[in-house]
Amino acid sequence: MLAYILRSLMQGLVVMIAVAFIAFSMFRFVGDPVVNMLGQEATLQDRAELTERLGLNDPVPLQFARFVADAAQGDFGISYRQGRKVSSLILERLPATVELAVLSAIFAFVVGIAFGVYAAIRRDGWIANLVMSISLIGVSLPTFLIGIGLIYIFAVELRWLPSFGRGDTVKIGWWTTGLLTVSGLKSLVLPVLTLGFLQLTLIMRLVRSEMLEVMRADFIRFARARGIPERKIEFRHALRNTMIPVITIAGVQLGGVIAFAIVTETVFQWPGLGALFVNAVQFVDVPVMSAYLLFVAFVFVLTSLLVDIVYVALDPRLRGSALVPAK
Amino acid sequence: MTQPVLSVQELTVEFVTRRGTLRALDKVSFDVARGEVLGVVGESGAGKSVTGSAIIGLIDPPGRIAGGKVVLSGERVDNLPPEEMRRLRGKRIGMIFQDPLTSLNPLYRVGEQLVETIQTHTDLNAADARKRAIALLDEVGIPAPDRRIDGYPHEFSGGMRQRVVIALALCAEPEFIIADEPTTALDVSVQAQIITLIKRLCKERGTSVMLVTHDMGVIAETADRVAVMYAGRVAEVGPVRDVIKEPLHPYTQGLMGAIPSITGEAERLVQIPGSMPRLSSIPKGCAFNPRCSKVFARCHVERPELIDVGGHQVACHLYDQASAGKTEIAA
Ligand SMILES: Nc1ncnc2c1ncn2[C@@H]1O[C@H](COP(=O)(O)OP(=O)(O)O)[C@@H](O)[C@H]1O
Ligand code: SF4
Ligand SMILES: [Mg+2]
Repeated sequence: MLAYILRSLMQGLVVMIAVAFIAFSMFRFVGDPVVNMLGQEATLQDRAELTERLGLNDPVPLQFARFVADAAQGDFGISYRQGRKVSSLILERLPATVELAVLSAIFAFVVGIAFGVYAAIRRDGWIANLVMSISLIGVSLPTFLIGIGLIYIFAVELRWLPSFGRGDTVKIGWWTTGLLTVSGLKSLVLPVLTLGFLQLTLIMRLVRSEMLEVMRADFIRFARARGIPERKIEFRHALRNTMIPVITIAGVQLGGVIAFAIVTETVFQWPGLGALFVNAVQFVDVPVMSAYLLFVAFVFVLTSLLVDIVYVALDPRLRGSALVPAK
Repeated sequence: MTQPVLSVQELTVEFVTRRGTLRALDKVSFDVARGEVLGVVGESGAGKSVTGSAIIGLIDPPGRIAGGKVVLSGERVDNLPPEEMRRLRGKRIGMIFQDPLTSLNPLYRVGEQLVETIQTHTDLNAADARKRAIALLDEVGIPAPDRRIDGYPHEFSGGMRQRVVIALALCAEPEFIIADEPTTALDVSVQAQIITLIKRLCKERGTSVMLVTHDMGVIAETADRVAVMYAGRVAEVGPVRDVIKEPLHPYTQGLMGAIPSITGEAERLVQIPGSMPRLSSIPKGCAFNPRCSKVFARCHVERPELIDVGGHQVACHLYDQASAGKTEIAA
């Protein structure tokens, strides 16, 4: 079991180094950092000085090592455009994105599993069929259209919910939260629905098909032959077995919620990391772009590590045997 | 004779498919007496598993019982409401499946699965149910049962898992057990042990058994009576000795010819030409007629019913007085 976790830690490390290399390469290939920082009119001497000061004359491996060491300590350099430390820009935007993404993930997971289980158990019921049909829309409709649609209905027509921004936020240390004010909570509703909907439909369809598959397994048949009540078979025996493949696939997808947040944040003018990144791209603000890239990779690695841990917790076959198999 | 524990009467099971209605069982009838082991043999697809599923009320849709009766100790059970049938499963009829590797839920300890079953059918509290589970594991021959009870299925070998499955099937002391090829998926070295175990436990409890197997050797050693199935019908049923020594039905005669000889030679001595028809193309009259060496005119038009012939029953026109005169013509 420890070996299993260790292996996935190693995999995560490899992924992070690979992504770090890409992020590092951006500095060299996307624009010229010296020009970016000094502007076109700087003298040759100024440029030479800055080049030396930034260490751009050092060998590439040394530069990369320095980049990794700095990044590991949370130092991503100075934003070209805003002249502030990238790390503080990120910390400022982080709470908005984390609150949006985590709530969306919870929404997608809880509702997705509930509907998926329902659709599997009541396979032929009309509600199950309706839910399945609606889920097809979720799979096929682009996120921004869902967002715009929701804005049109709930913000423009019904005027129930705000269409942009986070509303009022409360500061707790360096963290700003929208969870403690009414306007903050109201502002979360549409973005969370928008961001979570695609994942919800994917999880729901996955749960349904996995559960139908599990319900055909021999041990379900045997449980029936033992006289176990159907509810127990569904929720004790089938559901837990369903969750193993679902956790693996859905967990990785939820990592994608952060990445997909870019679109949602743009549609709702959400002051999160995605919006920060979109701005950075517009102005070729390489330090911000590369930091964002590292952040997304980190989130993916973290979620897949979490998935592996949950996986081990759910499946005894992955935990080492405490007993010697008897012959 | 006293009342049989299980009586299957003209049981007919149909699967409604797009290609039409397939009759998987066609008027299957047999009785199992108290404490008796009924062996059931027949080629793959003959309807042995469907018979077991029908008895225990677990036919997969689109299948359904289209006719006949299942009577358990005098009480008709095939038409019970689902909830009553559920309570009867595991309590009065137990079932052992073919593959112990897939019969147990991999995510729960064997003890949890035993306790769950015991508590479903008895009023025992958790502690007593656990004691009962340990005693059962001990009885089915699992060493150190007080420790092994907390093991997960994957920590047991195939043979040990089948012992756990047997414990699960027996934990509410059912009066009837269906064992559907309980050793087919097991290592040859443990097959005999498992069969012996089932036989011993059922003898001790007076439990009747329907033992489905491909292995005529197992039937010869274990069963009291044997039913031979062919294309969803019972071809012949009778005491093991008689059926093995003097098979009446031409199909059984062919099957017996195909058993490995006592000296251990595995070669087939006699081959029945052709193969069992598919459900969609069962011939009119006797289902065996395309392969039968003794076929005669009546076999193509009229289905032979089970008739008593000297203590055992056979479904073949050869033994029907009405057609006795015609046998020579065919021969
Ligand atoms: N779910 C099903 N749908 C359609 N046909 C089935 C189904 N289950 C079993 N059958 C048919 O019933 C017949 C008997 O099957 P079975 O009882 O499993 O044979 P066996 O004697 O090998 O156990 C087979 O021809 C099989 O195709
Ligand atoms: S009824 Fe006719 S075809 Fe069928 S087994 Fe008897 S002799 Fe052969
Ligand atoms: Mg079978």
